[in-house]
Amino acid sequence: MSSITTAATPAPPRARKVASRQQWIGLLYVAPAVALVVVFFLIPLGMTAWMSLHNWPLMGEHSFIGLGNYVAILRDIRFWNALRFTGYYTVIVTIAIFVVAFPLALFVERPRPLTNLYRTMFFMPAVVGFASASLLWSWLLNVDSGLFSPAAYDLGLIDRKFNLLATFQPAFWSIIVMVVWKVAGFTMIILMAGLQSIPQDLQEAAVIDGAGPFARFRAITLPLMRRTLALALILSVAGSILAFDQFYIILRGGPRNQTLTAVYWIFNQSFVSFKLGYGAALSMVLLVVLVALSLVQLWLLRKPEGLD
Amino acid sequence: MAQAASRNRKLLARIGEHSTGIIASVLFAAPIVWAVLSAFKPAAEARQPPLPPWPTSGFSLENYATLNSFGDGLWVSAQNSIYVSVMTVVLSVAVSVLAGYGFSRFRFPFKDLFFILILSTIMIPFQSILTPIFLVLTKLGLHNTLTGLVGVYVTLQLPFSIFMMRNAFDAVPREIEEAARMDGASNLTMLLKVMLPLVWPGVVTIALFAFLGAWNEFLAALVLMTDQSKFTLPVMMTALQSGRFGAIDWGAVQAGVTVMMVPCLILFLALQRFYIRGLMAGAVK
Repeated sequence: MSSITTAATPAPPRARKVASRQQWIGLLYVAPAVALVVVFFLIPLGMTAWMSLHNWPLMGEHSFIGLGNYVAILRDIRFWNALRFTGYYTVIVTIAIFVVAFPLALFVERPRPLTNLYRTMFFMPAVVGFASASLLWSWLLNVDSGLFSPAAYDLGLIDRKFNLLATFQPAFWSIIVMVVWKVAGFTMIILMAGLQSIPQDLQEAAVIDGAGPFARFRAITLPLMRRTLALALILSVAGSILAFDQFYIILRGGPRNQTLTAVYWIFNQSFVSFKLGYGAALSMVLLVVLVALSLVQLWLLRKPEGLD
Repeated sequence: MAQAASRNRKLLARIGEHSTGIIASVLFAAPIVWAVLSAFKPAAEARQPPLPPWPTSGFSLENYATLNSFGDGLWVSAQNSIYVSVMTVVLSVAVSVLAGYGFSRFRFPFKDLFFILILSTIMIPFQSILTPIFLVLTKLGLHNTLTGLVGVYVTLQLPFSIFMMRNAFDAVPREIEEAARMDGASNLTMLLKVMLPLVWPGVVTIALFAFLGAWNEFLAALVLMTDQSKFTLPVMMTALQSGRFGAIDWGAVQAGVTVMMVPCLILFLALQRFYIRGLMAGAVK
């Protein structure tokens, strides 16, 4: 795709020779980037595959065990539980984000007084890091020194302080609320861009034809937003599958290891138990899941037929 | 009569809209405001539930002082975070501007392959290759160094920032270069003197994303920085919040969270235009 943009005009032979030497300089310009990608990406990627075939402790010799790690994964119930929990979390949090972000996008899409201010306010949590947000909410959710439980107690809503993080359901939903707070503004901006790209006259023509708001939404807004919706969906799904910070910082995988995500489990195996080979094999499984997802993404984001 | 009624209805709709907007804005801002205000309470008050959020027994910087006394202190971690973020910005901008220019203006062997290679790294989560990155850094003698962490962060930025810079250079008309070349400018002077001022907005965008990415990153820093003196703010604060330095001091947590959030918020508010631009550029690709 990039060759199109650099289509050169034919040059006389001598000039072409000079020009082609000039062109080689391009290699020098991209060399640092390529070197970084090779050292910090390509080599580690190859090593992950290689290590996954070994018993590889942090100290001492590693030994080749073929597909031993993968066989062990099949029997690793806790990994499958983590994967199942990650899937469950991904579905719930993605729905929750869209339920909040779509109305917000409709709300801030049209320019009127103060819209810019609203947009900024809704977006602010998105620029704060996941670690900061998690630390902040771990305080707000704390049973004694936090906000929610003491406030509910003071208001007389509950007669005993309630630890939101002690049992699975309230802990899980607390995380969902925190993530929606942090991410909804981001999704909102992407959806807003999609809404704004719909030609206004299309909507107006539909109004003249007597289409109601719901019919217009279904027949114009949704189809024309397919690529935007797909993008927002993919970003949310990919981000959620890799969730780690919030579960590590707020819940430490608890209560009773019920909120260990896939990345968290890999982290535990690799950097707490130091089973590097096994961690690498788990990483390969996660990698296959995500690459498959990326392929679905490319398909969803394909240009509409008939248009380039 | 009918006119007045319709005017009233419009006014009512207006009021409804703005109340919704204001309530939603307050909900989104509240947790941030709560933490920033509570951090200024004296230590004894900060342990109590934050009702009201602002200090009632006097404004105090005690929490920041306490935070500085844990482990190697707030200041060491803050310095580490600043160093890592600034270096990530400088290096990722330098590498991406060079590469963006190279991909936009030259034809060389494997050009398309390299470009696709760099972009495709976005498909593979770095979380899945952290163990080997750890081993590679050890091999390079960069184990447990901030420099090693910078290398990882810069690489993570490359797919987005090179894509962005190549598009920025593509948008510059070739006539401008040809004119400069007539005047005898070499490739590098051309890039720095002629092209860079024209792609400046793109540079600000990738710098902003690089800073936020590096400042906020947690997992790689947690795994790769094993020595307390090398902890970045998120790692240090998590150690504190997990009770690694004794009983959890929530006042110190509020102070730390404030230190972590405020630079991001200031940069975002100042450079909002560039941030949204970057998002859009990513969204329309």
